[in-house]
Amino acid sequence: MTFKPAISPESNKNSVYLQSPNRREFLRGCAWTGAGVLWALVGGVPQAFALDDTGSLGHEAVLVSSFHFVQISDTHIGFNKEANPEPIKTLHEAITRINTMPVRPSLIVHTGDITHLSRPAEFDTAAEILKGLPAPVRYVPGEHDTLDEGAGKLYLERYGKGTKGNGWYSFDDHGVHFIALVNVFNFQAGHEATLGVDQLKWLADDLRAVKQSTPIVVFTHIPLWSVYQPWGWGTEDGGQALALLRDYGSVTILNGHIHQVIQKVEGNITFHTARSLAYPQPAPGAAPSPGPMKVPAEQLRGYLGITDVTAIQGNRNLILANSTLAS
Amino acid sequence: MKKLALFFVAGALLHSLPVWAAEKEIEIKNYVFVPQNLTVAAGTKVTWKNTDQIPHGVADKNKLFRSPALDTGESYSFTYATPGAYSYFCTLHPYMTGTVTVTK
Repeated sequence: MTFKPAISPESNKNSVYLQSPNRREFLRGCAWTGAGVLWALVGGVPQAFALDDTGSLGHEAVLVSSFHFVQISDTHIGFNKEANPEPIKTLHEAITRINTMPVRPSLIVHTGDITHLSRPAEFDTAAEILKGLPAPVRYVPGEHDTLDEGAGKLYLERYGKGTKGNGWYSFDDHGVHFIALVNVFNFQAGHEATLGVDQLKWLADDLRAVKQSTPIVVFTHIPLWSVYQPWGWGTEDGGQALALLRDYGSVTILNGHIHQVIQKVEGNITFHTARSLAYPQPAPGAAPSPGPMKVPAEQLRGYLGITDVTAIQGNRNLILANSTLAS
Repeated sequence: MKKLALFFVAGALLHSLPVWAAEKEIEIKNYVFVPQNLTVAAGTKVTWKNTDQIPHGVADKNKLFRSPALDTGESYSFTYATPGAYSYFCTLHPYMTGTVTVTK
């Protein structure tokens, strides 16, 4: 791969432009100004490469420019009530949007409630439709996916291969460490969702091999932090997971369950919940209960949507871009 | 004599009639059990009926029973045979709880 230094598209006071620089001069210039990013043309496309403190491009392995993936959530295949009589239709629309993105995503993450009632036909239909996505899909279950007689057996039969316990796992993609957690099993009377001791032990163990500089994405159905306790929008032992993640440079938590976007940043951790692709739910406390919220038909698509997540090498934080089916 | 015979027949009939079992209903509405606390006599059949737009389920805290997921309009029944204090919760939304107190 040969590089041709180019002027940074977002020229600012930290950029350095040297008259016909050779590569070494350019890099030294960047290091002096602390720009930290070398823009180069690779195959005609401007791409960003991280520079370390000495202005070097560093190890070949980190020369991965940017990588983006999409979070979808709460497709509720099987739902047919007035809030959205046709969730299959809105799911198809989302898939079309993803297929027509200017840059194809490398991965799709589904944060649960794939089906509405865990019926075999619902799992079948969902799987069939999701085949239309342009990238591999990784799943975690929602509580609506554990309603079969085996209380989650059907979900695990389909999506549990290679996972631990009730379906947790991790993998690496483009230098990002993904952790899939499950918090929709073993519900206890009067309690919120939990991760459980076994899963937390596994998480601690899994993180041992992860470098502090590796961006981490954690995805699980129910929010890991307390969004709104009266509606069960939180995970009782989520704090224990977050404590394990505090020492990492960049952590992004992707959740679903609440059918709306709520975000917050706390130090190194970005929390994000996604919209549903089936039906909206009210804002915390804005209605007597969190049930499906009916909106005028022409407004429905403004409440449903997807999240595009971009990791740019050299940038510590992932960029989250939410869009609706109406935009 | 006829009157007495009739009297005995009526008495015999009344004695052999089954005691109508009591039935009570709990509505699941707006993510709440209504009534949330119910008192019934032993032998009462309690029926939970879901009128919300999404499924709920009911399970006894001590695993006496566990309903399947109940979609809108669906019901589940359980007969409380033994006196005592019972708690149950929603299998999808465990923060939803209710009690049934069974008297003799």
